[in-house]
Amino acid sequence: MRRYLANAAVLVLGAVAIAACSSGGTNTSSNQKFSGTTVRVVTFTGPQIAEPLQRRAPDFEKLTGAKVQVITVPFSDLYQKILTDFATKTNSYDAMVFDPQWMGDYVPPGYLEDLTGRVQSDSSLQWNDIAPFFRDFSATFKGKVYTIPLDGDFQMVYYRTDLLQKDGLKPPETWDDYISIAQHYQGKDLNGDGRADYGSCWAMKRSAQSYWMWLSVAASFLQSQGTKQGAFFNTNDMQPLTNNAAAAAALNIYKTLSKLGPPDQLNNDVGDSRGLFVGGRCALSLDWGDIGTLAIDTTQSKVIDKVGAVILPGSKKVLDRSTGQLTDCNPTLCPYAVNGVNHAPFAAFGGWSGAINKASSAKVKDAAFAFLSYMSAPAQSNVDVTIGKTGFNPYRTSQFSNLDVWTKAGMSSQAANNYLGAIKDSLQSPNMVLDLRIPQTAYYQQTSLDTALAQFLAGELGTQATMAQITSQWNKKTDEIGRQSQLDLYKASLSVTK
Amino acid sequence: MSLAAPVHESLEEEDLPKVSGYVSARERGFRTAASRWRSAGARLDRFAGAVFILPAVLVILAFSIFPLLASLYVSLARLSFSEGGVELKFVGFDNYAKLLVGIDHVHFLGLAGPLTPVSVAVLLAGAALIAFWLYRYSRDQARSVGGFAGRIVVALGAGTLLWLVVTTVMSSGRPGTLVVTVVYVGVDVTVQYLLGLGLALLVVQHLPGRRFFRVVFLLPMMITPVGVAYLFRMLTDTSKGPLYPLWVRFGLTDVSWVTNPWGARLAVMIGDVWQWTPFIFIVLLAAIETLPHELVEAAVVDGANRWQVFWRITFPLILPASSTVVLIRLIEGFKIVDLPNVLTNGGPGTATESLTLHAYTIWRALDIGGSAAVAYMLLIVVTFVGVSYVNLFRRRVTAMA
Repeated sequence: MRRYLANAAVLVLGAVAIAACSSGGTNTSSNQKFSGTTVRVVTFTGPQIAEPLQRRAPDFEKLTGAKVQVITVPFSDLYQKILTDFATKTNSYDAMVFDPQWMGDYVPPGYLEDLTGRVQSDSSLQWNDIAPFFRDFSATFKGKVYTIPLDGDFQMVYYRTDLLQKDGLKPPETWDDYISIAQHYQGKDLNGDGRADYGSCWAMKRSAQSYWMWLSVAASFLQSQGTKQGAFFNTNDMQPLTNNAAAAAALNIYKTLSKLGPPDQLNNDVGDSRGLFVGGRCALSLDWGDIGTLAIDTTQSKVIDKVGAVILPGSKKVLDRSTGQLTDCNPTLCPYAVNGVNHAPFAAFGGWSGAINKASSAKVKDAAFAFLSYMSAPAQSNVDVTIGKTGFNPYRTSQFSNLDVWTKAGMSSQAANNYLGAIKDSLQSPNMVLDLRIPQTAYYQQTSLDTALAQFLAGELGTQATMAQITSQWNKKTDEIGRQSQLDLYKASLSVTK
Repeated sequence: MSLAAPVHESLEEEDLPKVSGYVSARERGFRTAASRWRSAGARLDRFAGAVFILPAVLVILAFSIFPLLASLYVSLARLSFSEGGVELKFVGFDNYAKLLVGIDHVHFLGLAGPLTPVSVAVLLAGAALIAFWLYRYSRDQARSVGGFAGRIVVALGAGTLLWLVVTTVMSSGRPGTLVVTVVYVGVDVTVQYLLGLGLALLVVQHLPGRRFFRVVFLLPMMITPVGVAYLFRMLTDTSKGPLYPLWVRFGLTDVSWVTNPWGARLAVMIGDVWQWTPFIFIVLLAAIETLPHELVEAAVVDGANRWQVFWRITFPLILPASSTVVLIRLIEGFKIVDLPNVLTNGGPGTATESLTLHAYTIWRALDIGGSAAVAYMLLIVVTFVGVSYVNLFRRRVTAMA
């Protein structure tokens, strides 16, 4: 009997000990708010964009207990992968870091979680530190917040300061300047390796990101009356602005530049053109903010402190929409011109932004929001925007005003001022061109425009045929979806806060 | 064959008591049950074939016929996303009209250039060949109305394809995705067959190291097509990559394969030939190795030379295997997508875009109806080529053998 009692006592003690342990465990997990939760985040195949998400996921898991699984797909597949996942109710992604231009397709069917309340109540996110343009264009659709910006995108021109200084040349102010500088350096050895290098390196590959490059050229010819004028469609009847003298001028510049670069430039994506530029093989390039930070990456850059950035070159002639002709700038036609040059900095893409699947469970949505907020919070973001391989460019006011962020990352103060100055000039321009953000944007740009431009560069289509093809395809798509509804959404997309 | 046969036998044994003239209620019950069993067994017997085949039919219905019919409907519709789901709006033949006469017809069919003396000569030669072929059939003893009608359809299809190829490729026009795919298939399958046959004939010779080569020749087929595409992307890069010293040596560093339409198409075709020649090689090698030695030996004894042995004995005997392997490659060849997609994304322009890549490009923008229409056009072309090939060539070859 005594033995039974002793055994019972041992059992009771054991049970108490286990209970104590498990309650201790509970205490630990209560600190980890999302323990046991997995958040599946989809974005495009890295290294850019996916890299910071993958790198910071384990840190976030240590802090909150939530496991973040990053799924990557090629950029050209991302739009339809996400949309198909939503439409078929597969819901295999809880969060998605994507192009905010696609909100026109994702928000109306009700696929995305409304984040308006959450962003206002999350103090660590510091929502108001995000520059107003990105809070509006990249995050807000029809007055509600659906994404958290993680990146700020403008296209700029990069140039080799050492070369231009040596030859007494000024950074390009117009596209004509750009071409003459590119011609000057084409075929010369620019990095001392004895090989002929290139005047200009652009991404011109089909089914990639090259159509934004052409739009950057076309912007200053197409839009001169301020942001609300728009550069894609006529705001009266939704007729495309793709078949006129401005589009023809931009096509001709694009064609000229296709020959002032590496021989296989037509097959180069942004990764190729960036690699060539930071490898010292190009005098000029056109890119988002990425070259600025890649240029200070000691592991690959051969042009540290030899890179300058400048707002997109402009044009002295712009499209007069009343006549359909290119006309010399005058104060009425180009009210925002500087030295007679109309600049129209292009907010291409808008910047990678994170959204949450409305169909995910409440706890997963909370964890997904916490992760996106963590990624965007200044503590993480202010480091990530200075690392070239992240693909994240500055988008917070503090990132523009605090030079320490950049000097700590290895940029000289002069280079940092120059780089941030070019972005600020673009961001503050009253004639900034907004990217398209209407339903089926992916068709208008990624399929129709991209294919026609590739055919134009390959010589399959002449200038007139290219413009006619884009215009007829855009009109057909607009009519299929509904001209009036597309016009309303286009006009609404032009009314952003800056 | 019959499931019910054992039941019949056992029942007949139980019928014995009725000889005595006494039939108990219990036995009557048995008898009723037996006749029920018999009729059930006969019914089962009648339906056994259908029952056995049903699972396979259901699988085919679910995974082949249903998707085929569903995609046919999708090709006649336009997809849009609405609150909580997807809407398919029936648009008739709008998606097909876009491809054949609408805004996408140049992309699909190509742009016809002005006829040149050479292209006119090729067209006339092609037309004469087709006419001669029809005439010869009309004189054939075994001709039939069905056979003649079938040949008229083939002649019309072949004539249209020839006209498309000649006016878009041989004149200063531009081939569309249909013609590009036909060129890929025509060139690739021909070169693959000739190379595969040559290699198979070499390997059956008693050469040193033939076992080693037999394995080595098979390697390209084992590599994933995307891997092959990346390999050729590196090889064709004249500004860097493994062949860079070679390009420098020949002063070709400023030449780009991928910015020239035919350079890029050639790169795609070389890659495809490199990858799929081993398939033809291995099938023909097996066919050659199983040939009876007696025939060859008898021919040699009769004084036939090597060419005569090949042309009169080996080649006719491997024709059935050849026709099968060519049919498989024809069908597979039409579906080419990996190489042009990875190599140049279909560029420069749309120069290397195949029909499958065309469908994929449209599908990426979620124009599912347009994409299904391209896929259906591909299905029609592949079926036309495959059925024509089987009826006009393969059946005859197999019968000859």
